[in-house]
Amino acid sequence: MSADRVPAPALDVDALIDDPATGIIVCCGAGGVGKTTTSAALALRAAERGRTVVVLTIDPARRLAQAMGIAELDNTPRPVEGVDPAAGGRLDAMMLDMKRTFDEVVESQASPEKARQILDNPFYQVLSSSFAGTQEYMAMEKLGQIHAAAQADDTYDLIVVDTPPSRSALDFLDAPERLSRFLDGRFIRLMLAPARGPARLMTAGLGIVTSALTRILGAQVLRDLQTFVAAIDTVFGGFRQRAQRTYALLQDERTAFLVVAAPEPDALREAAYFVERLGEDRMPFAGLVVNRASVAPAGDLSADEAAGAADRLQRSGAGVDDHAPTAGLLRLHADQVRLVERETRLRSGFAASHPHVATTVVAALAGDVHDLDGLRRVGDLLAE
Amino acid sequence: MSDWPKARLHVVTGKGGTGKSTVAAALALALAGRGKNVLLCEVEGRQGIARMFDVDPLPFEERRLTSGLPDARGRAGTVHALHIDPESALLEYLALYYKLGRAGRALDRFGIIEFATTIAPGVRDVLLTGKIYEAVDRNARNKGATTYDAVVLDAPPTGRIVQFLNVSEQVAGLAKVGPIRSQADTMMGLFRSARTVVHLVTVLEEMPVQETGDGIAELTAADLPVGGVVTNLVRPQDLPAPALAAARSGSLDAAAVRADLDRAGLDVGDALVEDLLGLARDHADRRELEETQRVRVAGLERPTYELPRLTGGVDLGALHDLARSLREQGMA
Repeated sequence: MSADRVPAPALDVDALIDDPATGIIVCCGAGGVGKTTTSAALALRAAERGRTVVVLTIDPARRLAQAMGIAELDNTPRPVEGVDPAAGGRLDAMMLDMKRTFDEVVESQASPEKARQILDNPFYQVLSSSFAGTQEYMAMEKLGQIHAAAQADDTYDLIVVDTPPSRSALDFLDAPERLSRFLDGRFIRLMLAPARGPARLMTAGLGIVTSALTRILGAQVLRDLQTFVAAIDTVFGGFRQRAQRTYALLQDERTAFLVVAAPEPDALREAAYFVERLGEDRMPFAGLVVNRASVAPAGDLSADEAAGAADRLQRSGAGVDDHAPTAGLLRLHADQVRLVERETRLRSGFAASHPHVATTVVAALAGDVHDLDGLRRVGDLLAE
Repeated sequence: MSDWPKARLHVVTGKGGTGKSTVAAALALALAGRGKNVLLCEVEGRQGIARMFDVDPLPFEERRLTSGLPDARGRAGTVHALHIDPESALLEYLALYYKLGRAGRALDRFGIIEFATTIAPGVRDVLLTGKIYEAVDRNARNKGATTYDAVVLDAPPTGRIVQFLNVSEQVAGLAKVGPIRSQADTMMGLFRSARTVVHLVTVLEEMPVQETGDGIAELTAADLPVGGVVTNLVRPQDLPAPALAAARSGSLDAAAVRADLDRAGLDVGDALVEDLLGLARDHADRRELEETQRVRVAGLERPTYELPRLTGGVDLGALHDLARSLREQGMA
């Protein structure tokens, strides 16, 4: 068995956060793997090691948000109380308000009158508050804003970003291309053509499409959609530029992507997807964090030996005393050993197919993390 | 007897990492074990069903996966699977309802299909739920299609489930009248009826239980029918309560444990006894945290079902075991 276990190179978390050349850390991964906790723990550790840090989170657990003083959604970084300033660093934190971020982009791109028109449009209102996709774009938009402000005012030297928990978390990588395809495509021309324009503008294809759309959507919806596209057309160009800027910022060597996973097949499969996707886009990938790992029991008693001994005890009627539940203890031991073996197998499978991915493994804690001490413990485990 | 005799559509949601896909698959098998013909759907493009049942990646086409375990009278239903993606759902919808022909291809050329499925807000969800609606409420339009006794949906996570099912709300901002609006309203009729139940999967940890409670409140507020709570990945229960208490207080009898180990023929060192007692303490701490969460789950006042953490992972055999357990607990 041991021959096919591939050890992954170790990820040196402290070297990463101490390096003044690291300006942005982006944490991505599947839902439920502890991404938010990892981001917060990294940010706190960096701050207490002397960096000036801001952490941008998406949806922290309520108690963790309260502990960090960001329970209020106001889209502005706030200082976190209780951070040890001995090394000269500090930590601000903020929670992303997706709709507000989107509104601010529109307001910065259009005249006040035009902006109002867009903000009031029903399509815009659904777009800016619907989950799928928008949140990822806005997280990156906010990153761009904070980064620009940090450059101008020297406010932060490290930005840690948590991303939304879905495969589409990497959709922002597609944003520049998707916007370009949309802006240069025929759809927008169609939408910008007046609903009942002069016949000479209506090429044959256009006519068919417009009438099909009218049948499917109804005339009213089509008109609303046209109004929306016409209104937002002027700011789309700005969106494209911003998306391109953010993309370049992410590709910069001062950025580091961390992929977060748990030692489970689904989470590791998602992690593989993220690692490969980041590679395709030539994004600076720093390594893999495997959270919630089971801890191997000490000693060399194998699972089979322990389970066999438990059965023998049980059959003889021994080992079931409440103060000496030995049979139960042996079964727990067997279960734990098997769990660790399975996780090790899964991780080495990942390492075999991604041999260059530096990895750190974080042991599962007994309880949830909801204060700075908990984050410090996670930080210690990350750096171990 | 099942707790959900009227349900034709079982929606299974849960926070990421709680194993909702596993529970959805087990529930589908459990229903098939009751002699029902079941369609298991996934909508998040992950091909989780294909992996669990060890078949090739699923297309946008109903595929027969397996049968349930036969009941006492030897009857077993089948499980079919369907992987729903928005593009295919939109094209099928246009073909079924509009017979667009050349115009349909023109829509694609103009980038309208892409716009609708990637950029247009809320449309993705409406397309996915629309296909589910069609599968539950088959009519003459879809000629030759199989009809099912039950549809099980491996749904988006708890944080998104209300938005996902609340099609009327999504469409309301866009269309006050017109064909889309009336279709959305028809779909809502099914989702809000007694023919639909939304089950929530959790694990015994603080955040997932919290989200489950929030999810139930949101579903209730949106007038969507809440089903049961499935507590998944429950730790082994090898130690009874008094032994757990002794482990926590450090009053386990090391000498007696050592004597037992000797009797079981294990080569005992002091280290082994120490390790086992340490493991017991750690386990007892985690069990105590679990117990706190179990009380909170009970406080949600929904029918609850528990499934064990499977050390060896989930394969087809394990799915059948989980299905049997769900049936015995009355979920199917």
